[in-house]
Amino acid sequence: MDIALLLEWTIKSLIILVVFVVLGAAYLTYFERRVLARFQVRIGPNRAGPLGLLQPIADTVKLIFKEDLIPAQADKVLFILAPVITVIPAMILLAVIPLGPEVAGIRLDLAADINVGVLYIMAVASIAVYGITIAGWSSANKYALMGGIRATAQMISYELALALAFVGPILLTDSPNPMSVNEIVQAQHGLWFVVLQPVGFLIYIMAAVAEINRAPFDMPEAEQELTAGYHTEYSGMKFALFYLAEYGKMLVVSFIGATLFLGGYWGPFVGRFPLLGPVYLLAKVLVLLYFIVWLRATFPRIRYDKLMAFGWKFMLPLAILNVMVTATVIVLVGG
Amino acid sequence: MNPFELLRGLWTTFLNFLEAPVTYQYPEIKRPVRERFRGRHELKRYDNGLEKCIGCALCAAACPADAIFVEAAENSDEARYSPGERYASTYEINMLRCIFCGFCEDACPTEAIVLEHNYELSYADRRSAIYTKDRLLVPVLEGGKLTPMKVEAGSFDRAVPEMKDPT
Repeated sequence: MDIALLLEWTIKSLIILVVFVVLGAAYLTYFERRVLARFQVRIGPNRAGPLGLLQPIADTVKLIFKEDLIPAQADKVLFILAPVITVIPAMILLAVIPLGPEVAGIRLDLAADINVGVLYIMAVASIAVYGITIAGWSSANKYALMGGIRATAQMISYELALALAFVGPILLTDSPNPMSVNEIVQAQHGLWFVVLQPVGFLIYIMAAVAEINRAPFDMPEAEQELTAGYHTEYSGMKFALFYLAEYGKMLVVSFIGATLFLGGYWGPFVGRFPLLGPVYLLAKVLVLLYFIVWLRATFPRIRYDKLMAFGWKFMLPLAILNVMVTATVIVLVGG
Repeated sequence: MNPFELLRGLWTTFLNFLEAPVTYQYPEIKRPVRERFRGRHELKRYDNGLEKCIGCALCAAACPADAIFVEAAENSDEARYSPGERYASTYEINMLRCIFCGFCEDACPTEAIVLEHNYELSYADRRSAIYTKDRLLVPVLEGGKLTPMKVEAGSFDRAVPEMKDPT
């Protein structure tokens, strides 16, 4: 491989992984705590640094210096492997998201043009479930195991609806390469797909919230029943990795939602000033993140059987219906 | 699940989001406590500087948590700590055991021990959780003298002086 190309890829991966996912996830915890605090008529963390902006750094430093415990009965190899398996997919998911149009000859993405972009998202997102299941299994703790099993069941159920929600934008992309995320964004230049696919967008948001195990679908870590679920036995930096994966996935899910349904980096004047692209994308991502926190502030946790029933008896049929109607309309109208 | 009810719930929380936070920025802004709030104990003095505590240990007897330890010693007119025969030579409260019930306050015949409004009782080790007499005793008022004081013989014979409002 060409040295310059290799260098470009390394720098881009570092920026996308480190800046967007790691720092993003760290500051997402801050964002969530501040926003959630306001929902509860509190202020939230405002002590560490100006406006509490150093709080994520303080938390990280604290977690690094915590004692790293491994239970005596635990399966050590899997126990150490599980957080890694969970965190890596969350980080590499952003590779197919175009962050903006071409700026001065540099493309602001890693691999947005690959012809299996959406499939890649589905596949990589599913791998994270392994990490959670393995974490629950290897901890030798009944609560962790139950949390892991619940996570598996829930993610498998909601992944179907999630995948079917992706079909809408793919069908609407009139291009020889409709699975490429870049093509999907290009197709939304005039009209965002959320206008044509309102049901699909709703399904995506609900399934995504379930997929990342957040309230009101946070069954795998239901405190009242399972203490902390799959990461009950984890401490120190391993716990921090789970946290990073959780918030990283929340971030990535918002990026995907903004890209597939909210027009990606498109917005007024992007054609003339391409650097506005990432700004618009981040603004849309922030709106989605705010909405996810808003959901957490509003709804209580759903009972487990209702959660499964909702996934299989409502979300999945609705998603299939949405795909069928979309396909029929496209055939009738002629694309 | 009625979607309109869900939207109503979202709207309710959003209204809360717009409200001003009710938080007090605690170390800088402290909310005043109620007059009858039971915080850290103080051992009171008379206006002339004599300690009110006479070392009777009724507070220790009344304490349900057994947090108070009192040892009494004899007063003399050359070295007088409190009115009457005896004073508390040792007075310790273990704040880790204290439940702030205020029974000591009720038991005290001279109103020497009072639960005041200080609630900032934190310590880094167990030893400093034991409040000794010098930490509990209030400073001498202006015009009073430090104990032990030398007094005229026979001037402070009564241990329980006449109080303005005995209860």
